[in-house]
Amino acid sequence: MKPRHKKLLAIALSVAGLGVAVALILNAFQNNLVFFFSPSQVMRGEAPIDRTFRIGGMVEEGSVKREADGLTVRFVVTDTAHTMPVVYKGVLPDLFKEGKGVVAEGRLGPDGLFTATQVLAKHDENYMPPEAAHAIEQAQKAQQTVVRP
Amino acid sequence: MIPELGHFALIVALMLALVQGVLPIVGAHRGNATLMAVARPAAHGQFVFVLLAFAALAYSFLVNDFSVENVARNSYSKLPEIYRFTATWGSHEGSLLLWTLTLSGWTLAVTVFSRHLPEDMAARVIGVMGLVSVGFLAFMLFTSNPFLRLTPAVPEGNDMNPLLQDPGMVIHPPMLYMGYVGFSVAFAFAVAALLSGKLDAAWARWSRPWTTVAWMFLTIGIALGSWWAYYELGWGGWWFWDPTENASFMPWLAGTALIHSLAVTEKRGAFKTWTVLLAITAFSLSLLGTFLVRSGVLSSVHAFATDPGRGVFILAFLGVVIGGSLLLYAWRAPRLASGGSFTWFSREALLLGNNVFLMAAMGTVLLGTLYPLFMDAMGLGKISVGPPYFNAVFIPLMTPVLFLAAIGPLTRWKGDDLPALALRMKWAFAVALVTAALLPLTLDGMNLWASLGLFLALWILFGVLTGFIERLKHSQGGLLAKLASLPRGFWGMQVAHAGLAVVVIGATVVSNYEAHRDVRMNIGDHVDLAGYRFLFLGTQPVEGPNYSSMRGSVEVFRNERKVATVYPEKRRYHASGMVMTEAGIDYGVFRDVYVSLGEPLSDTEWVVQVYYKPFVGWLWGGAFLLALGGALAASDRRYRIALRRETEAAAARAQGARA
Repeated sequence: MKPRHKKLLAIALSVAGLGVAVALILNAFQNNLVFFFSPSQVMRGEAPIDRTFRIGGMVEEGSVKREADGLTVRFVVTDTAHTMPVVYKGVLPDLFKEGKGVVAEGRLGPDGLFTATQVLAKHDENYMPPEAAHAIEQAQKAQQTVVRP
Repeated sequence: MIPELGHFALIVALMLALVQGVLPIVGAHRGNATLMAVARPAAHGQFVFVLLAFAALAYSFLVNDFSVENVARNSYSKLPEIYRFTATWGSHEGSLLLWTLTLSGWTLAVTVFSRHLPEDMAARVIGVMGLVSVGFLAFMLFTSNPFLRLTPAVPEGNDMNPLLQDPGMVIHPPMLYMGYVGFSVAFAFAVAALLSGKLDAAWARWSRPWTTVAWMFLTIGIALGSWWAYYELGWGGWWFWDPTENASFMPWLAGTALIHSLAVTEKRGAFKTWTVLLAITAFSLSLLGTFLVRSGVLSSVHAFATDPGRGVFILAFLGVVIGGSLLLYAWRAPRLASGGSFTWFSREALLLGNNVFLMAAMGTVLLGTLYPLFMDAMGLGKISVGPPYFNAVFIPLMTPVLFLAAIGPLTRWKGDDLPALALRMKWAFAVALVTAALLPLTLDGMNLWASLGLFLALWILFGVLTGFIERLKHSQGGLLAKLASLPRGFWGMQVAHAGLAVVVIGATVVSNYEAHRDVRMNIGDHVDLAGYRFLFLGTQPVEGPNYSSMRGSVEVFRNERKVATVYPEKRRYHASGMVMTEAGIDYGVFRDVYVSLGEPLSDTEWVVQVYYKPFVGWLWGGAFLLALGGALAASDRRYRIALRRETEAAAARAQGARA
């Protein structure tokens, strides 16, 4: 095989590989990007009804209730401006606590109840999930602008 | 006093690294032997002082010197001694010191095993490694000094993150860093070759064993990390596509491509510029990995060091290293002639296919890891890219790589006959296909994904078998003698490919056939899962050295016969107040049973998670085979013979110069 052919082969293979990769990525990206919304954004109707997304904030004090089966847990996520009821069936991470930051992934029902498929664990006791911190910060900013004028 | 000595040692090390990074490269450029001769002593000196600094920090941890901020934040007087030692690299600062120590250790190894190299080559390689070291030492001294004092000193430390108090975590970071930093040798060889303009088969032969050894360590490091996540995080997952995992997986993918590309460059003189680019990429990704994990840009489960200010320094450093080497590449690479020709069906072509798909897979992981960070930085919203994306993209891209892994080693260099190969492999293909199609039927009914994975794994194993049979046909003597006479390079490749097949079997089976239940259990309750019965015997309080624990006892039965008792724990660490789940696992060759405690519902009642994990151990067994293959390949005789020959030639040259 001549060097020119070899180069062509290399280019063709690379282009083919790249093409496959790009096609796969775009397809998978579209289906699997998980967006994040704060309870305030969900209240304003910005969150989608028909797809999975994440919410975050703080677990409201005194809101954690366990159902009789011992596995289903209901709690309320707040960003200090708005709240959102969440139901989750499964084992909560070790660091899940009232008054601490939390991020949950799942779907929003038509009744406004968020059914979580996953509640995210974080490694550090004092560490606030960045999404949760962001949600609270945004809500507080929004409140201040309302109060001030 | 000791911490100050450590700090001082770091400053001296920085000075020596500057000397090591500048003078030999200038000397090599000018042909000045005196300047080039500085390289080795400077590197030795740097190693000694970095080691001193590391020893000083380790000492401060061992004697509980809570006047050192780093110790106060990351250790605890009641921490067992081994963890006080490993806490040395548990923090951001300490892990950087370990990084630097590893780098100077690799440099030391290069100075020892480079006697056979032309003097200017050795000087450049050691010099480039010195420059990398300058970056890390400066980073530590200016932004992350591990020896900062705390005034006033505190009486007690904050404790090490309980997740890291674990034997797996003791060796995981050093192994990972041995891999990350080991790619700096391949990088230094590549940059040295670009600087000198000499890029030939000898260059590839020099850098090949270094790259293989680095890759071996990285493989072990990643496997240990995965194993640790499996038993420590308490939900039995072994790979999460978490950004920190991706951070170590990307250099591994690039390194794997590099190993294969180096083979072509050594044997056939082809792919030279591509190989150089891969060497630069592999090390750049190692730096990127360090940046991602250590700068706190990630909101991931691993991000226990958070200080974005440091990110700026690493980012700048990253820019200089990657940008600089790519500029040098753009300037020099076009001058390098490319070597031997080959046809579209040859070992070269198949290895090219391997490289293209591996790098495409690496690119998709890179995108999935960086895209959320990019969106966040641009203020375009917070998103996350989860496992479904990576699985959807990664599996199809790895499928051709696995397919080629079986036939690549059976194909001749330069050109081979496809129909003839198809004939050689027809039985292997048929048997693998039929077995893979039927096996899932005996387990759980039709399952295309399971069949695909099993087919690829069997296909690779048959490829390995065919490779051995064909090699042995042409040699004489008994089977054992014949096997022993095969070169280690051949053994290494085959063992590693077999390891890959074992990993694929493990991943396929556990992903498709694992079972899991969360149940509410009181003393004496039982639950059935995948043919096993789990009997909960309640919990007892247990006191650890720095934690209090509730330890559950769960008896596991199969066919009315007791097979194991496991003891899952819920620990509460005194200093931090953190609650941790310790899983109870019964390990087996063909399955693990895995039990972890959820939350207590009353004094005697708990939420209990039970898992059945078939073939999960094959993942780590396969990774061990991969690493073993790397070790075998790196110890091949021809490197040592070439080494001896070149050392003699170098000695003769030196003699000639003196005469």
